Amino acid sequence: MSLTARGQGRTAFAYLTPALLVLAGLLAYPIYQLVLISLYDYGQEQVSGGAPLHFLGLGNYRKLLGDQQFWTVLGQTVAFAAVCVAGTLLVGAFLAILATRVRTWVRMTLFLAALGAWSTPAVAGSTIWLFLFDANFGFVNEVLGLQGFSWTFDKWTAFGLVAAQVIWCSFPFVMVTLYAGIKAIPGEVLEAAALDGASAFRTAWSVTLPLLRPIILVVTIQSIIWDFKIFTQIYVMTNGGGIAGRNLVLNVYAYQQAFAASEYGLGAAIGVVMTVLLLVITLCYLRALRRSGEAL
Amino acid sequence: MRLKTLVAVLGVGAVVACAPVQSGPTTSGTDEQTGQLRVWLFDEVNRGPKEAVVKEAVSEFQGRHSGVTVDVQYIQVASRAERFKAAFSDPRSAPDVAEFGNTDLAGYVSAGGFSELDLGRWDEAKDLVPTILDTAKVDGKTYGVPWFVGVRALYYRTDVFTELGLKPPATLDEIATTAREIRQKKPELLGISTGGKYVFAALPFIWAQGGDIARQDGGKYTAAVESAEAKAGVAQYAELIKDDICPPATCAGNGGDASVEQFRAGKAAMTIGGDFNRKSVDASSAAGKYGVVPLPGRTAGSIAPAFAGGNLLGVLKGTQRRTLGNEFVQLLASKKYQQKMYAAMGNLPTFADVQKQVSDSDKFLEPFTRTLQAGTRFVPVTPAWAKIDAQAVLPTMIQEVVTGAKNVDAATAGAAQAMNAAFAS
Repeated sequence: MSLTARGQGRTAFAYLTPALLVLAGLLAYPIYQLVLISLYDYGQEQVSGGAPLHFLGLGNYRKLLGDQQFWTVLGQTVAFAAVCVAGTLLVGAFLAILATRVRTWVRMTLFLAALGAWSTPAVAGSTIWLFLFDANFGFVNEVLGLQGFSWTFDKWTAFGLVAAQVIWCSFPFVMVTLYAGIKAIPGEVLEAAALDGASAFRTAWSVTLPLLRPIILVVTIQSIIWDFKIFTQIYVMTNGGGIAGRNLVLNVYAYQQAFAASEYGLGAAIGVVMTVLLLVITLCYLRALRRSGEAL
Repeated sequence: MRLKTLVAVLGVGAVVACAPVQSGPTTSGTDEQTGQLRVWLFDEVNRGPKEAVVKEAVSEFQGRHSGVTVDVQYIQVASRAERFKAAFSDPRSAPDVAEFGNTDLAGYVSAGGFSELDLGRWDEAKDLVPTILDTAKVDGKTYGVPWFVGVRALYYRTDVFTELGLKPPATLDEIATTAREIRQKKPELLGISTGGKYVFAALPFIWAQGGDIARQDGGKYTAAVESAEAKAGVAQYAELIKDDICPPATCAGNGGDASVEQFRAGKAAMTIGGDFNRKSVDASSAAGKYGVVPLPGRTAGSIAPAFAGGNLLGVLKGTQRRTLGNEFVQLLASKKYQQKMYAAMGNLPTFADVQKQVSDSDKFLEPFTRTLQAGTRFVPVTPAWAKIDAQAVLPTMIQEVVTGAKNVDAATAGAAQAMNAAFAS
């Protein structure tokens, strides 16, 4: 009996091996290298063999965590990501619900427009938004009569503009996924609720929402991960992090301070810190959900 | 048991690869006299004329050396850092000869990228302008031949100045007063178009006040932006990026190109531009309505020290055709081909006699050659400069002052700290 079990285990393992190898090659090895590099003073001189490697231990981390700007940028990144995630979910959910209530052609138009935004490359999308919001020739300033007003100069309008762009290009994913989820709820369940005399709000709150929970979970985690790692939009729209670096987020900061400056060790340390942070945020989120009662 | 195997495998892997990868020694022992010589030059907006001159040099070179072909590749300036980093890390994909910016030199040399050049047996080398040749040296050793030099001067709109009865500023102080007066009388114009990211426009202010960005002491650099002189320069430059001259909302984010662009668009009465901006300004609405004077220094008649930008030609350390590479550099950077490059692209030559020849025949160049003769300055020759540049230390400093986020003392202190950290690493 146990022999068969072991045999079955072996077979299962054999079937899993290719996937494991791919995962190890694509995921484990890079992370291993990232952690390794973060422990060294690893600059261009070291990469091209012009200088010996110098093991720093946690030196890069100490330097990073001791840097005042890192904490400012980290705070900005968290707040910026939070706004983007909330905005994306709200807009996506609102439009998904709207899509279930309108006629087919309206829905088709909505989906086509959303897919257009979704499929626009980030660099192109950011540049187009910059054109639209250009201080002198932009369509938006033309309409609002704000000629000469620079949206990207002030810290908060710049962040707001980039957040709007991020929400614009990421809400379609939420909308499409939630729409599919809503459509998949069996009509009988809703009918039963209606027969029991539940109001529309009550149905939404106690029937639809719990059934959508796993989907909402997925889109939220995806959004958190995406928005925490924003690079392109900030880099393009605020010209590399805004005036005096006041619009920096973690990824752009890592690029500017570490990778462009050939401080790969420090850059790797920032990467490790980001990965750990994201894991922690995701775990906390999962935990909070589990505690609130639903089995996932 | 399976888990144990896995852990063991991972453990062995970790021991085998216990350090990040490094590529091997890059110096090659061989020096072949035939085969293909690979050359990297920078791509330009209008590359045609440059390519024609280079082709001429290539065919002359191939005529002299039988069995040698020259393969020229044009690489993008914007992505040069990645290209060169990759070339240094993998000598097999690297060129033998390359054009590169003189501010990148120190970083490239310390990365082990370029080899020392022996100019002793090259007759023409003695005519290279010494301060320009200095931009090709690290610790006294020469790693490149200056191919052309670029300096900036003060462009101004002659029509605006005539209409308002103004004269071009004669001292650094007068730049702000003149610019302010223009914007007051013509609010649609920027008094002078310059920017928070335009470091090469800001440096002359610091140098003219007697300050510097860094000081070299026993082979070690330390930041000097906190000296009273440097702070005076920073303050004087930042004064230009204010609502009454060049409003921060428009100008704080601008670098050199964007600053000149405002002048081209006819929206600025003055700007700081290089000899290399001539063609683009001549193709703009400011064409025929502008003049150029050297950027004035503190006292009337003096010239603010300009930054000596420019490109070098060098031989890569990993080359297998060192002699051929050297000879090709000396041909392409020779007086003959520098003159041709001037005719084709307007590039300012690096030989004193060729400089004089071209400025005698072309009055436009006079303010620029005068600026060169008055003495130019350079950024710290250390690999740390590439770091300071990438981390936007000086633009951040200027922008902090301009936006009022910090005063001059705090902003220069922050910049000094960041620079010293880079010098120390």
